[in-house]
Amino acid sequence: MNDSAPEHEPTSRPQSLVELFVTFTVLALQGFGGVLAVAQRELVDRKRWLRREAFLELYSVAQVLPGPNVVNLALMLGDRFFGWPGALAALAGMLTAPIAIVLTLAASYQQFADLPMVAGALRGMGAVAAGLMIAMAIKLIAALRRNPLGRGVTLLLVGVTVALVAVWHVPLVWVVLFVGGTGWGIAFCQLARQETGKNRE
Amino acid sequence: MGDCVLPARAPRNGEESRVNGLSAADLFDLLGHFLLLSLLSIGGAMSAAPEMHRYFVVERGWLDETGFVTSIALAQAAPGPNVTFVAVVGYQIAGLVGALAALCGILLPSTLLSLRVSRWLRTHRTSVGVQAFTAGLAPMTVGLLLATSWVLLKPFLDGAETVPWGPILLIAVTVWCMLRTRLAPIWLILMGGLVGALGYG
Repeated sequence: MNDSAPEHEPTSRPQSLVELFVTFTVLALQGFGGVLAVAQRELVDRKRWLRREAFLELYSVAQVLPGPNVVNLALMLGDRFFGWPGALAALAGMLTAPIAIVLTLAASYQQFADLPMVAGALRGMGAVAAGLMIAMAIKLIAALRRNPLGRGVTLLLVGVTVALVAVWHVPLVWVVLFVGGTGWGIAFCQLARQETGKNRE
Repeated sequence: MGDCVLPARAPRNGEESRVNGLSAADLFDLLGHFLLLSLLSIGGAMSAAPEMHRYFVVERGWLDETGFVTSIALAQAAPGPNVTFVAVVGYQIAGLVGALAALCGILLPSTLLSLRVSRWLRTHRTSVGVQAFTAGLAPMTVGLLLATSWVLLKPFLDGAETVPWGPILLIAVTVWCMLRTRLAPIWLILMGGLVGALGYG
């Protein structure tokens, strides 16, 4: 590991593959309406395997790669701690129990789908899921503070992304190419300038 | 063992002879299409849903509209990553074998690619290009999370004649707990389910 980026160092790490598997099972089973917010909660706030900044970086990469985002995140984190076996343990933890549950539901849902209590419970859980996502977004905005792009450019890119996706419903591929590409380009120029500045000193 | 015990859907006329309605060749077709979808699913499994709908519902007719929508609803009601909906689609088309084929298909290519890319990024993490990549993408990631928050929030605000105090309160309590406490999300989700089941959600 290098010391140029100490904020990437986790403050703790899983002791075994079993702990990795169990942690991902526990977080997956709490993920109603999406696992990402729960993953941030468990991995960053509670287990402290990652700092906010590192979580944001890992997730940024996970989401531009094809495949389910949180599954990619689990793979990368498992791989970081234990290599291939870690990646598989995290993946298995993330998927085994949820798949078993959802298939059981699929085989039996007709019997309870019409109960108003079930519909009400699902709606209440949906509201909480929205709250979890909002809270995570607020926390990760704080993680942008040290971004080398600088505050102005960072906030502009956040705003443009929200407008493109939520207001104009632009397909994700274009958002990634346009906003991601712009961010990358600007960050590259800034970091390259810092680099030459350092070399001159 | 489970395939014929758990009929995935009511068999349509003339389909009884083939278990769950699909031949071996069809199953390979299913697997093949999910392998392809895996590499197309930038932004998560849900972003491949329109293409899945086009192929399995419109072109092949293996699944009807209701079956497709139910798959997504069930996966969102159950805990776990959204990708579990792919297993339900496979299950509705061809039982447990279909679920397995769909999952292997959607996960295999993206998993291999993600691991390779993340390892490559980690070994080159000190290079300016890679640092610019993760830093440059972070604002877009936060923007996408804010947009997702909006999408999750909208159903509670749309079409409400009076101010929906129940959901608003649930969301506010959730955000507060996430920002100010270290409570595990499952308690909040249980709270949401309970409040909703009692009719206040």
